[in-house]
Amino acid sequence: MLEGLMGIAGKFYKAFIEGERWKLYLSGLGITLEMTVVALIFGMVLGVVVAVIRTAHDQQRPGRRNILLSILNALCKLYTTIIRGTPMMVQILIWGFVIFASSRDKVMVGIIGLGINSGAYAAEIVRGGLMSVDVGQSEAGRSLGLNYLDTMRFIVIPQAFKNILPSLGNEFITLFKDTSLVNTIGAAELTYQAMRIGGRNYDYMPPLIGSALIYLAIVIIFTWLQGKLERRLRQSDRR
Amino acid sequence: MKKLNKILCTVLALTMVLALCACGGTTETQAPQTEAPASEAPATEAPATEAPETEAPAGEFTTVEEGKLHMSTNAQFPPYEMTTDDGGFEGIDVEIAQAIAEKLGLELVVDDMAFNAALTAAQTGQSDMVMAGVTVNEERLEVMDFSDTYATGVQVVIVKEDSPIQTIDDLANAEMIGCQADTTGYIYCSYPVEEGGYGADHVTAYDNGAMAVMALMNGQIDAVVIDNAPAQEFVKANEGLKILDTEFANEDYAIGFAKGNTALRDAVNAALNELIADGTVQAIIDKYIPAA
Repeated sequence: MLEGLMGIAGKFYKAFIEGERWKLYLSGLGITLEMTVVALIFGMVLGVVVAVIRTAHDQQRPGRRNILLSILNALCKLYTTIIRGTPMMVQILIWGFVIFASSRDKVMVGIIGLGINSGAYAAEIVRGGLMSVDVGQSEAGRSLGLNYLDTMRFIVIPQAFKNILPSLGNEFITLFKDTSLVNTIGAAELTYQAMRIGGRNYDYMPPLIGSALIYLAIVIIFTWLQGKLERRLRQSDRR
Repeated sequence: MKKLNKILCTVLALTMVLALCACGGTTETQAPQTEAPASEAPATEAPATEAPETEAPAGEFTTVEEGKLHMSTNAQFPPYEMTTDDGGFEGIDVEIAQAIAEKLGLELVVDDMAFNAALTAAQTGQSDMVMAGVTVNEERLEVMDFSDTYATGVQVVIVKEDSPIQTIDDLANAEMIGCQADTTGYIYCSYPVEEGGYGADHVTAYDNGAMAVMALMNGQIDAVVIDNAPAQEFVKANEGLKILDTEFANEDYAIGFAKGNTALRDAVNAALNELIADGTVQAIIDKYIPAA
């Protein structure tokens, strides 16, 4: 038993400490986080735009049809259908080897692929949030003389945001873990570094377990922060 | 108080995960377990003749699955191993393995997976052996047993015809070199400059050689370091590529086994040596690589 434990410790030593290999994990984690944060911002902006267009289209008064809105709505629908209907892995390979076939910056390609993917999911989440706010709320806002954007900004979005926070947290966690797929096009993120260290030592167990724990730790920290934010937002509730 | 509970739970969960890994680690070193083949790799039977249902001549070795010889490989490495149009496998390694399996009275099963997974599968006893143009080196000998050599592998460099890289020395100026993930070519290239490599920042590992060649065609990388035989195929299939005249490295290919699985290794070795002696191995190699 003790011998076995010593063997395991030796394996982990070789995978993390020897030759300052932990630096590789840190640089990989840095790239993973960079991709996550930039793709998240990119995806959120994209998602909100798509969601607002889709909601504005769906909530038009009956009998009124804005042609421009219909075209935009069709485009948004096409976008979400394609992105949600194809696997993330295939999308990343297409971004890396077909669309950006001459780009050497794999992290950038990864960010674009992840951001556009995340945007489609965020769009549906945000749309759900906007639809969940009673129409009476925006009608009241408009009756009080606020224009469409102000009604959205001061009345609908604050309520919607609270509703969608758990789903958005979910999307962030998915996005964070999906960065590991970018290693197929050769971006040196955490999984890539772990696999290469495994390959050099001919022992994949310690780097894989180690990288899994790193992912887990980050997700736990994020979930905790999200819980804090939710509690803070709930302070104004009388529930 | 609640917070404390939460933290305690997390710590406990983590300890449990670690304990599980520890258990996994100790069994890992034991010779082949009688487990189903790696679930992520679809086990497809080689489209070859049925092996006779006789007991193996040596008798004392065991295989992962009784009566079957599981070979893990990465079937994207022509002409050593590739898939056929009907979903089967062919290539030098596959045919040699087939001949060995027939000699041992076993049925060959080819498990196709990524190259690094193929190595691990043999080490952990998910497969009986790995044949994927595996080069024997000191580090691999520490964690695996190997058969005798059955083929010589030459690592070469593929570049675009009009590339500024025209000799092996020019590789030092390459902004990015592509390799198949975790092959010896990758490992040599990714060593720091002072240890004779080009530094990990200048090397990208792809899941297979074809992806690296595609990246080269796209202009995403400047050169590909890969074994000569597949390199010939890749250059034939893609216009505008060429192989540098000087070789990058010379290596020996062998069959890999789990460390300590000497019974199976000896049996396979004996069969392999018979096949080398009667010319079968050479005939198979000549079939796929016509003498230049």
